[in-house]
This record gives sequence, structure tokens and C-alpha cells, in this order.
Amino acid sequence: MLLPGVILTIIFRYVPIAGLSIAFMDYQPVFGFFDQRWVGWDNFEYVFNLPGFFNVLWNTLFIAVMKIIGNLAVPVMFALLLNEVRNRLFKQSIQTMLYLPHFLSWVALAGVLVDILSPSSGIINNTLAALGIKPIFFLGDPETFPYTLVLTDVWKEFGWGTIIYLASITTIDPTQYEAAIIDGAGRWKQTLHVTLPALAPVILLLMVLGIGNVLQAGFDQVYNLYSPQVYRTGDIIDTLVYRIGIVDVQFGPATAVGFFKSAVSFVLIVIGYKMANKWAGYKVF
Amino acid sequence: MENYASRKVFVVFNVLLLSFIAFLCLLPILNLIAVSFSTRSVVEANQVGLWPKGFNTSSFQYIFANPQFFKSLWNTVERTFLGWVVELGLTILIAYPLSKSQKVFRLRGVYVWFFMVTMVFNGGLIPTYLVVNELDLVNSVWSLILPEAVVMFNVLLMLNFFRTIPGELEEAALIDGAGWLVTMVRVYLPLSLPSLATITLFILVRHWNSWFDGLIFMNLPDRYPLMTYLQTMVLNLDLSQLSSTALANNPQLLEITGRSLRSAMILACTLPILLVYPFLQRFFVKGMLLGSVKG
Repeated sequence: MLLPGVILTIIFRYVPIAGLSIAFMDYQPVFGFFDQRWVGWDNFEYVFNLPGFFNVLWNTLFIAVMKIIGNLAVPVMFALLLNEVRNRLFKQSIQTMLYLPHFLSWVALAGVLVDILSPSSGIINNTLAALGIKPIFFLGDPETFPYTLVLTDVWKEFGWGTIIYLASITTIDPTQYEAAIIDGAGRWKQTLHVTLPALAPVILLLMVLGIGNVLQAGFDQVYNLYSPQVYRTGDIIDTLVYRIGIVDVQFGPATAVGFFKSAVSFVLIVIGYKMANKWAGYKVF
Repeated sequence: MENYASRKVFVVFNVLLLSFIAFLCLLPILNLIAVSFSTRSVVEANQVGLWPKGFNTSSFQYIFANPQFFKSLWNTVERTFLGWVVELGLTILIAYPLSKSQKVFRLRGVYVWFFMVTMVFNGGLIPTYLVVNELDLVNSVWSLILPEAVVMFNVLLMLNFFRTIPGELEEAALIDGAGWLVTMVRVYLPLSLPSLATITLFILVRHWNSWFDGLIFMNLPDRYPLMTYLQTMVLNLDLSQLSSTALANNPQLLEITGRSLRSAMILACTLPILLVYPFLQRFFVKGMLLGSVKG
């Protein structure tokens, strides 16, 4: 039963892992894989010495960490707010609308965002102008760009993120609320002392598992929204790999960067899983 | 006891806040619809908000007149359908044996490690590209399906769902002489509809929205899936290719601006997904609940 899955996994997962050895080669696409020249750590030396490499590393970390925090906190808040809605029809329609951005691809969203965030004709800046606020160059100003990335990402995913918390809330034992009411707790106190503590393990678990994503700044989003004028703050590891590897066809250095990212992520994911296992008793399988 | 008035204030505030946020989520789609159906003069004067002005459909006529659009649409439909069949099948076939305990399935530990490695470590862009290239899959629809056909997240979801199904059902089937495969198909799958629907939705959305694999694995624009087409053609839109004869034959084309055309294009490419997910909503909420982090 497992055979088809195992074969595909070997071909498309394990062979590429072995292919990481390209990072140690002076890879010339005209020759076969086994006819390449080994160059040791040269490719790593080359990319670490690229001007701005550590800048890219920092951008990746900064953007990814801000996203992890935002995508943890905002959904919890909205799950709690949605939980207070008693009218089922209203609740469901709101949920349907909140889920919507999750289903749009970054390609489509980028097209929309370029339009509505435009400093001259965008609907957002038009509204700000009406309120007497100076237009903000969301996608063109290097100082603003990373925050635009984080904000739009949280906006895209927070609705979807509420699902997991809403689901956990429904599993809370109702007698806990009854006990709290008998003790004289109002709605707010119930949320604070029953709902939030019940969500704590899930929040902790997602936080710990999120550690593995700190180099995952979101290629789809950045690639479709960035431009050379915001490279200073918006260029991330994945876009750098793409430009070195696919655009400039320097397979060796690009694989070296990819290898570096994989290795760091690997360590972080393992740490995350270990912590999740220890604190939340979480097992992957 | 609870202050009744403050509760009322909160409820009103909550409803207003949620409505406003929901509106913010709808905003881009409303703006897309408005711009894509509006006439050129209003779009250029930047007067379109959330409602079309000078309603016309010329942008859509222009898009649908281009055979490239339908080729890409077909490519996307093809990859989405084939991808769904292959991925859902693989997910079930992997999740079912792994949902058994070590006692029943003795090699379980080995396979768990085998698949777990792929979750924590990957070869990245270039080696994967070279593998697809070596297998001569470039320009084939399979280059968009096979490399991502085993998604561990879905396997875990399915596996955890299988575990919630009482083991007695399986024992009964096995005693009646059914094999493992028959038991899986006859007993487990009919009871797993919520997670099957959830995973189906994940697969459909991913395949419909993928563009990067199309960009690197397809080197003929005819083979581009819809989102890759959208990414390459529309975001770098050039209206100067409109010939004067085309304009003479169809004066409506004068009503088009790059902006409304782009909006129409984005709308045409995303609409199918937006029409599907509300109907699957009750399934995915349930499927996520039972299959996710409950591990």
C-alpha cells in the first residue's frame, strides 16, 4: 500500500536531498551530474561574501518572525470575538468572509494590492487622504515595505487561523462555564479564566511548531510584491536563491544558500518538535 | 453578577467590529469587480470605488477572445483534476497503514522515520528542478503534480481522522474475511467524508493557485497554468499590442484600460475557487477539528 508513496518520496524528496551536493560543486549545466568539479566550501564562501547577504538573512528573519507573531495573536483574538456571537447565521457569514483572502493566490492578490495600495490612485490612500493623512507608499518605500508584507499576510491568513481555535473552544467542557457562572464570573471573566486557559496548549503548540518557520518569509508573496527599490529591506533568502539560481543560472551558489537555509530550518524544526513533545505531549505521528 | 448594560455595549461593538473586518476582507474582490466592469474614463479618472460605473463587459470580451486564456484554463483544470486523484489516493494509501499501531504493522517505525525526514529537510529549488529536468518531465503536466504529490500535512490530517474511527468496526470486517484494502475502502473511507472533503479542498486550492512550478517547469507559454499566465502576462501587461485593425473591428476595445483588464483577468482566474469554498465550509471546519493538532 505504501509503495507508490515511497517511490515518489524517494525520487522527489530524497534524490534532491542528495542533490544538495551541488552546493560543493562548480556546477556547469552542460555536463552531467557526475562530471562536475568539486570545489569544497567555495560556493558558501562566495555567497556569504556577497554584498548584502547578511542583510537578506536579517530581512528574512525579521519578516518571518513578525508574521509568526501576528498570525498567532490575531486569530486568537478573533476566535474569541466570534465565539461571543450568538446569531448562527451572522457568525457563519462573517466566517465565510474572513476565510476569503486565504483562498486567493498571491499572484492574484499582488495584482489587487498594487491597485488598492497605490499612493496616487489606491482606494486605501484615497480614504487616508480624505481623513487628512499623507499618502503612504506601501510597496515602494523600503521603510514601510516589510510592514506591508506582514500586515497583508496577517490579513490574508488570520480568518483561516481562527478555525483551529474555534474548534478547540467547542471542545471545552460546558460544566466549566457553569461552575464559573455559579462563582459569579461574568462573560469577560469566563473568557479570561476558562476559554483562554483552555486554548493555551494549542497556542503554545502552534508557537513551538512555528519555530521551524523563522526562515520562511513567504516567497510567493515577496516575489510578487517586491521591486529593486525595496531589495534593501524586502529581499529574502528564497528570492535570492531564485535570482542566483534560475535567473543567473549559478546552480552551485544557489544550492549553497538553499542548503544553508535547509540546515538551519532543520535544527529549528527539531528543537520545536522536541519542545512541543515535552510541553504539550505532542507527537507528529 | 454581570452588568447587563455593559454586555449590550460589548455585543453591539463586537458586531460592528466583526462586520467592519469582514468588509475589509471583501474589499479587494469588490474593488476588482467594480474596476473590471467600469468604463475607461471613470477608471482613469480614479473614480471607481466599490461599485462599477459605466457598466460594460469589454474587458472580459477581450480576455475571452484570447485563445491563450482557454489553453491556460485547460492546463489548470487538467493539473487540478489529475493532481486531486493522485494526491488524495496517495494520502489515503500512506495514512491508512501508518494509522495502525506498531503491533499490527511491525515496520511502522521505519516508515514513520522515512516520511518524517521529508518534513524536516528538503533539497530546495535547484536540485528539485534538476530531478524534474532529468526525468524529462519539463513541459509535461506531471511536473506540476508528482514533485508535490505526497503532502505530509494532509497525511497527518487523514491519519488522525482514521484513528478516531472505532477499531471494532475494522475487527468485524476482518473477521468477516475482508482484506486490509477492502476494509479501508468499505469501512474507513465512507466514515471519513469530512477529512476527505477537507483534503480535497486543500488540494484543489493549491493546484489552482500554484504558479511558480508552472513558471520554472514549463518553458512553452502554451503549457502555462492559469496563475502562471496571470503572473507573466497580466502583471506585465502591454496594451500596445492592440492593432488598429482589431480596434476597427471591435470599437469596444477602446473602453479598456490596463487596470480594468488586469482586474478582469484576476477575477476570471480566481472566481472558480471563490465559488467552491463556501459550499465546503461546513466540511473543512469539521475535518480540521477532528484531524489537526489533537495528536
